[in-house]
Amino acid sequence: MTGRRWLTLHGVLVLLFLYLPIAVIVVLSFNESKYGVAWHGFTLKWYRQLLEHTRIHPYVWNSLIVATVSTFLSTVLGTLLALGLARYRFPWRGGLLFLLYIPVVIPDVVMGVSLLLFFAWVQRAFDALHLGLTTVILGHVSFQIAYVTLVVKSRLAGLDPSLDEAAADLGAAGWTRFWKVTFPLIAPGIAAAALLAFTLSLDDFVITFFTAGPGATTLPIYIFSSVKRGVTPEIHALSTLMILVTTLALIAVQRVQARR
Amino acid sequence: MNKPTRWTRLLPTLGPGTVWLLVFTLVPTLLIFYTSFLQRDPHGWLSGPLTLENYRRFFGIGPDGIDPLYLEILGRSLLLGLVTTVATVVIGYPFAFFIAGSPRKNLLLLLVVLPFWTNFLIRVYAWIVIFQRKGVLNALLGHFGLDPVLLYPSWTAVYVGTIYTYLPFLILPLYASVEKIDWTLLEAAHDLGAGRLRGFWHAVFPQTLPGLIAGVLLVFIPAVGTFVISDLLGAGKAILVGNVIQQQFGASRDWAFGSAAAFVLMAVVLTGLWLYARWAGERGMEELV
Repeated sequence: MTGRRWLTLHGVLVLLFLYLPIAVIVVLSFNESKYGVAWHGFTLKWYRQLLEHTRIHPYVWNSLIVATVSTFLSTVLGTLLALGLARYRFPWRGGLLFLLYIPVVIPDVVMGVSLLLFFAWVQRAFDALHLGLTTVILGHVSFQIAYVTLVVKSRLAGLDPSLDEAAADLGAAGWTRFWKVTFPLIAPGIAAAALLAFTLSLDDFVITFFTAGPGATTLPIYIFSSVKRGVTPEIHALSTLMILVTTLALIAVQRVQARR
Repeated sequence: MNKPTRWTRLLPTLGPGTVWLLVFTLVPTLLIFYTSFLQRDPHGWLSGPLTLENYRRFFGIGPDGIDPLYLEILGRSLLLGLVTTVATVVIGYPFAFFIAGSPRKNLLLLLVVLPFWTNFLIRVYAWIVIFQRKGVLNALLGHFGLDPVLLYPSWTAVYVGTIYTYLPFLILPLYASVEKIDWTLLEAAHDLGAGRLRGFWHAVFPQTLPGLIAGVLLVFIPAVGTFVISDLLGAGKAILVGNVIQQQFGASRDWAFGSAAAFVLMAVVLTGLWLYARWAGERGMEELV
């Protein structure tokens, strides 16, 4: 059983490696001292300062607007794609899958600059799509679609096709059949896909970095520019709040899944 | 069921998404390729005629031989991708077995997923706090009477930050394979007289291969293309292909050259993926999500 003991030791070390950096930030966000890492006593003043700073409110709003709109669009488009891919046979299936995988597999910096280039060409040709929240949303949908499609598609693959056939035999026409039979069955898959898309959007830095105009700063863009200016306790506090939100969301998702 | 579906049924489901992908994914990707053969014009925009100049510059082919500036940068990116991949495999492979064999599987999985979902800028930022001159590491070293080390900014910091950032990307798909392992195969191998090592190599390792390879790609692709980690932890001194692309599309404003660099990076990644897709097929591509 020594093998198992080594495995456990290794496991504990990996967990330490994963959590030490996060713990450092959380602990320092409650530290009285503005500079350095020596402990000068417990305080909540960095949180107070952060929340009193109305400066960051528009960044939070921008992030939420982008995430909400892009999640809605990508969930609709991706679910339809998944339905088509799971049900129908057509000659250009391989080509469509290839297209779908481009945003998943190319480095995000390449996708970011290609979108920037595209928007710049459109701007010169049609005087449309100036960089701003709209271009950020278009960019986010473009990478979210793939994730939504693949999650919903895997849910559809697990469905019993005889249910659909039975509904058809009983005379249910296309749309009725979809809303009464297929949709309730894949709804959990669609919800999971939408949640994934929403998180990906909130988290995204690189695509936003290249497609956001001056008025479209999101929270990650703000964090990046502050970090480049230096380490501050306020960034510790903001990071800790974001880690807290992530943790609560994850626990909620686990609870929902466990109930099913 | 073997006949292709009529297009009137395909259009409402596949139509909108396909159009979106053509306009916002295919066209921009083709534009990068096209622009890489253009030149920057005096007005800060792009113009023809089509030329190989940007690629000549990237590969450093000049009248007096090869200038390896950008080739070296590409090499550094590949090295970072390779070292990160190997390191995450060495750290993550036993860890996936640790999770699978633990009675608290779900908790451990949650503990890996949490850093995975924590904003990636925050995870990189944490290493600045640890490595900076008056950071956590030096405070700790000072506590034990040791001399301080200057790890921020440095390549060491970039490597540690990259490995840290992408470790969960390897563990999660790998764990999915490890959890499904059919251990009776190992018993059979032992019954047939295979030792521990041979038994593992022939009966267990092949079963982990799908998750391992998916994980390797999920680590290698973003690591080789990163510009954020090198920018933050190298403080502008660690230059990778990603940084070259970002600079050309930013401050330097030579989009034609930036497009050539982006295309080279894309070609490197797509070659690896093409090999993977031939090996794994459509099911294998789905493991990447």
